Amino acid sequence: MPKLKIDGIEVEVPPGTTVLQACEMLGIEVPRFCFHERLEIAGNCRMCLVEQEKAPKPIASCAMPAADNMVIHTNSPRARKARQGVMEFLLINHPLDCPICDQGGECDLQDQAMAYGFDRGRFRENKRAVKDKELGPLVKTTMTRCIHCTRCIRFATEIAGVEELGATGRGENMEVGTYVEKALTSELSGNIIDLCPVGALTSKPYAFTARSWELRKTESVDVLDAVGSNIRIDARGPQVMRVLPRLNEAVNEEWISDKTRFAYDGLLRQRLDRPYVRRDGKLVPATWDEAFQAIAARMQGLPGDRMAAIAGNLACVESMFALRMLMDGLGSPHRDCRQDGAAVDPSARAGYLFNTTIAGIEDADLCLLVGTDPRWEAPLVNARLRKRWRRGGFQVVRIGATTDTTYAVEELGNDPALLSAVADGSHPLAERLKAAKAPMLIVGMGAIRRADGAAVLAAARKVADTCGLVRDGWNGFNLLHTAAARVGGLDVGFVPASGGHGMGGILGAATTGEIGLVWLLGADEFDMARLGRAFVVYQGHHGDAGAHRADVVLPGAAYTEKDGLYVNMEGRVQEGRRAVFPPGEAREDWKILRAFSAVLGRPLPFDTLEELRRRIVSAHPALGRRDVAPAPWALFGVAGPIQARPFALPIADFYMTDPICRASTTMAECSDLYVRGDDARTGTHG
Amino acid sequence: MSADAAQPASFAFTPEYEARADQIIARYPEGRQQSAVLPLLDLAQRQHGWLPRAAMDHVAAKLRMAPIRVYEVATFYTMFNLKPVGRYFLQACTTTPCWLRGSDEVVATCHRVLGIGVGESTPDGLFSLVEVECLGACVNAPILQVNDDFYEDLDGPATERLLESLRRGEVPPMGSATGRQTSAPAGGPTVLTSLSFDAAPAAGKGTE
Repeated sequence: MPKLKIDGIEVEVPPGTTVLQACEMLGIEVPRFCFHERLEIAGNCRMCLVEQEKAPKPIASCAMPAADNMVIHTNSPRARKARQGVMEFLLINHPLDCPICDQGGECDLQDQAMAYGFDRGRFRENKRAVKDKELGPLVKTTMTRCIHCTRCIRFATEIAGVEELGATGRGENMEVGTYVEKALTSELSGNIIDLCPVGALTSKPYAFTARSWELRKTESVDVLDAVGSNIRIDARGPQVMRVLPRLNEAVNEEWISDKTRFAYDGLLRQRLDRPYVRRDGKLVPATWDEAFQAIAARMQGLPGDRMAAIAGNLACVESMFALRMLMDGLGSPHRDCRQDGAAVDPSARAGYLFNTTIAGIEDADLCLLVGTDPRWEAPLVNARLRKRWRRGGFQVVRIGATTDTTYAVEELGNDPALLSAVADGSHPLAERLKAAKAPMLIVGMGAIRRADGAAVLAAARKVADTCGLVRDGWNGFNLLHTAAARVGGLDVGFVPASGGHGMGGILGAATTGEIGLVWLLGADEFDMARLGRAFVVYQGHHGDAGAHRADVVLPGAAYTEKDGLYVNMEGRVQEGRRAVFPPGEAREDWKILRAFSAVLGRPLPFDTLEELRRRIVSAHPALGRRDVAPAPWALFGVAGPIQARPFALPIADFYMTDPICRASTTMAECSDLYVRGDDARTGTHG
Repeated sequence: MSADAAQPASFAFTPEYEARADQIIARYPEGRQQSAVLPLLDLAQRQHGWLPRAAMDHVAAKLRMAPIRVYEVATFYTMFNLKPVGRYFLQACTTTPCWLRGSDEVVATCHRVLGIGVGESTPDGLFSLVEVECLGACVNAPILQVNDDFYEDLDGPATERLLESLRRGEVPPMGSATGRQTSAPAGGPTVLTSLSFDAAPAAGKGTE
């Protein structure tokens, strides 16, 4: 353990610590541009120079390992002078365009120039100008502002796993870009906007719409996939202006996917801002009272077992719990939160969680993917897998369709029979799983979203049992969910009660007319034609498939407009918070359900969100926590024959997975460009 | 640059160059094949005359590198020509020693005889002229490098003679234009004058 002295304070640091990290341990701030904790050290900006006694010149603290008996001065006249010199060089070619720069107010260069900048320029030559690069519909570039820290290059290469950015040319002619004009083909590309210490890379959709100091910042969680990325919602007045990541080492570190970051413009379009009732085949605007009366009239005389409820992918725990209570009160056993028909077994929590946890991936040494493409289904789980893979000693094996995951995958083929072969030990992979120190298995929705899904799940469980995936202090069995509401829904029992129909049964019974009323809580991702002639209540926030089919539309709140609990795929309960109010007459979903229950004359037993949450916690204690509790290993799945049909991937278009994304023009552009491969638009399209 | 109309749609090594490339790659230990990127880019440039993007892509694919990593290397080194150049690629050294010894005259003669300035090519595709920094042959300044060969001790008329013969398709022997032996003193040897170079090759080697 090297012991060194920084600014007169003795500190002992673990071997391999850099001087800069040692300074941070003491709470001493060292300015920097190129250094970033999660990226490899580049050491090229020179802003972190500090004085080391007996060294001939200042040292770059980010790249210098701390050694015994070093004496460091971080704020000596020599160190300050060195940094002032570096700053002056950086500013030589940096434009003085802060007033028109989107980074203004949250710019590292601006901030550090306040401390180390010279009050006038001594450079009399022309500033260098660099042609802007076209990096696609998400990242706006102003390359003249670039200070060549290479953070974006390192992020793309190391974390996103798309080696597309580089520094071409040399010296004054060095330029950061793709050389061949092309959009970045990464679902994590938006993070380079946050990484850029200057205004060279800014958000294209956010461009010139707001200043950082005008925004109201709300800490919340994302619901557009099941990762539950921690986000900060920046709003001005009634509008969400942007979404940024929030640090959570256990979930998303400090990254978010492009969908999380850029789908917010969908919150403005296609919104349901008032109730509608279908009259003479057309949805016409109505008051809340009229809408409630229309539903109550239909419910009149309809026995409870002819009603059903389906919860969508974005629903919060509170609304699902309240809807479940409402349906229980009406005597309906038919409900499901698995609108994709995935054969998730709700009986045991360990059977539907990502038990290893996302951070736990870093301890694994062998991973079997079954019918999943984590890159699209959960980009940050994929980033974590890549992070583990880069460290070495990690093998990924897949049974399922081949996709580009950004790390090496040993593809066994897309044959479900392989899973049974591993389970009964006849496949050589079984031995490797047994021999591995920390093996894990990730089952995708694509593998269990089929008629024989329960049998696939049972086979996966058998693999976990026979190959020792569940050991002391280690649970290697994981389900990779794609819907933010799914685990919460399973936790509060939004699944068929005894004698009730599941998703397939509800649709079947609705087609035959056996079920006369279906309540959709933001459920849009299935074929509405299968609802037959049932009376459909759609409670949600976007005019998507469900609202078009509905007989009564109840306008609800999107995730940015309500306080709500969400349980991510690990079983981590997280709180989303309201950043803006729902538009028009739309209301928070639990309030809608509570109000409707009063119309029926049997009010739900809560009047505030706190009361509702207390009820949820007393019924489901696991939801009282705000972290992950290991779920005990239990029996789940129904063994059976597995069809030979290959596994299909659950997501056809990463940018079009939910009503919010489908309403977003940014996501539509991404979909055109990246998914439908309309490459012709790159370069010319705005 | 990437939109340059001269960029060929595809590039592949000829069997001969392919064999040389494989030979070069084999020099590096397993897993370090990417180290061959510089010599392979050089081979590609020799085969094609200059280095089009398709050639960089080909090298990237051959070495299993991301194309951008090859672009970074190719754009860093000035000796890779990313735009077409003439059959005779003239590199005039204008660094201080050559300049003191009259490189301005060499460049001016090129300009007058060929009608092109620095960074330009003749329309017939025969000549391209660029200015370069020290070629490391200061003792024989000024230098004009034609493709791989050094023509030394030039002045205006000597440069013109050189260009005229190149234009006729004759490549004169490389080396000093004044006829001195390598970098020996301009007026002939001043020491070891009694040695006969023709008679005793072993001794001659010592004077070089």
